[in-house]
Amino acid sequence: MSAIFKREFKSYFTTPVGYIVLAAFYFFLGLYFYMIFSSGSPQIGNVIIAMTTVTVFIMPILTMRLMSDDRRQKVDQVLLTAPVKIWSIVLGKFFAAFSVYALAFAPTVFFEIIILSKVTVSVLPYLYALLGILLLGGALIAMGMFISSLTESPAISAILSLIINVLVLYMSSFTSMITVPEGSTTFFGKIWEKIVSGFMLFLEKAAFISVSESFSETIFSVMDIIYFLSIIAIFVFLSVRSLEKRRWS
Amino acid sequence: MINVAGLSKRYGTHLAVKDVNFNIEKGEVVGFLGPNGAGKSTIMNILTGYLSTTQGEVTIDGFNIVDYPEEAKRRIGYLPEIPPLYPDMKVREYLDFIYDLKKVKFPKKPHIDEILKLVKIDNVQNRLIKNLSKGYRQRVGFAGALIGNPDVLILDEPTVGLDPKQIIEIRNLIGRLGKNHTIILSSHILSEIQAVCKRVIIINRGEIIADDNSENLAQKLSDDSTLLARITGNETDMLSALKSIKNIKSVSSLGQMEIGSFDYIIEPEDGVDVRADIFDRVVSRGKKLLTLKDNKLSLEQIFLRLTEVENDKAKQLLKSDNGEITVVIEESEEE
Repeated sequence: MSAIFKREFKSYFTTPVGYIVLAAFYFFLGLYFYMIFSSGSPQIGNVIIAMTTVTVFIMPILTMRLMSDDRRQKVDQVLLTAPVKIWSIVLGKFFAAFSVYALAFAPTVFFEIIILSKVTVSVLPYLYALLGILLLGGALIAMGMFISSLTESPAISAILSLIINVLVLYMSSFTSMITVPEGSTTFFGKIWEKIVSGFMLFLEKAAFISVSESFSETIFSVMDIIYFLSIIAIFVFLSVRSLEKRRWS
Repeated sequence: MINVAGLSKRYGTHLAVKDVNFNIEKGEVVGFLGPNGAGKSTIMNILTGYLSTTQGEVTIDGFNIVDYPEEAKRRIGYLPEIPPLYPDMKVREYLDFIYDLKKVKFPKKPHIDEILKLVKIDNVQNRLIKNLSKGYRQRVGFAGALIGNPDVLILDEPTVGLDPKQIIEIRNLIGRLGKNHTIILSSHILSEIQAVCKRVIIINRGEIIADDNSENLAQKLSDDSTLLARITGNETDMLSALKSIKNIKSVSSLGQMEIGSFDYIIEPEDGVDVRADIFDRVVSRGKKLLTLKDNKLSLEQIFLRLTEVENDKAKQLLKSDNGEITVVIEESEEE
């Protein structure tokens, strides 16, 4: 796993991808920090959570090549014929992308230090927001990695990831398009009512934007953490299966 | 060392490998010979655990590739058809990566230095792989296969795209490695295989059509010694004239190749030299003998024919003697 991690991490910086991604993150971080701080709020947590949208749009660039490129250049042959387990290949790649992503939020440490030197505030909201954005990123990386494993083309992978990222981020806004049937008297009518309203609740609660916003509030929610962690686990697993499946087709 | 039993591979409805069986002992150097698309690469990909089987079993040094993939893969160095290289890495960096990936136990620096020297790429070790020529890339891939000094080397067309000097270098290298490794090498060029392999497995349309040592195979395939003659004058007269010579088994005409003369394939009885008799007979009929030569088919041509006909017929050809190979000769002479 460490060999793959090292190679993938390095490759982000031997190509321009790593620099472009980090530059984009730093630009928006700086911008939001300036905007929020100059409006008088000492909460870096809000700066971080404001980065959710940016993350969703930049992440496909970080994950598009993760799996697809290996296949295109046939280097997957060296990985899959080496005495390593497939999940360690997948995890190595996941953590490489995740580390680059984590670097994007490194400057917030300085932001927090600047704030703390001026005013006395609790660091907890900052740490909680940081945890939230890292988990969100992890979930998006796992999803992007899986999508990347389905195709040989980084471009297709990027576009698909972008569409799916936007969908999961904003799926709560689709609830306004659905009308819940009410006042049904029949048995099946009532069941249908439950299904639709349950689905709407899912869209509302499971949308990444709602989950990530909850990290900007100071109420610690184990559910939200588990939600992102399980998305990571599911898509890492699916990526492993996707690599394995290739051997059989 | 390598044990393959009842191996089949199906891609959708296409059966790429059909019931392949072979055994390779430790220290053997075996050539897979077959035209493009014969299934050589597929078999190699299965041996190395890159592809799964549809049916059948593969064991490497006693370890089944499906049940104990890591143990089996640890014993194999694989150079695929297209060397699996990261273009954005430097040569040294790439080999370091392969070293880490394979979890090799030898001391890192001397081991990689040795391999760099062995495949003669120490002069490019700090260059980006994407800037290397095809020949160098091939050798970097080769170096990758050698890392960890695995017992088994599986080399898929290792000399494709190289210049003649590089081909000889790689061949010599394989020859040297063959002394203490088990090697499977694939090629669609017969002379290539003959140069380095003692044993040849001919594969066509996913089936093994021959598995023998290369001398035997050459013997079997070129046993036949017919003569090709070009003689002036009338075809039918000459045919009967030639047929009446003692010790001649059969004569057939190839038709008019040059204006005023006809070509004939003459098959003498085994081991009898009939050239002088043919000359005398032609002269006695008042005609001119323009050409008389041995019609031994090159192994290349025979291989081509073998892989162009149906597999069942090819297997028969290998078993039977001269009769059917004559047919082969006539066709290939026209090329």
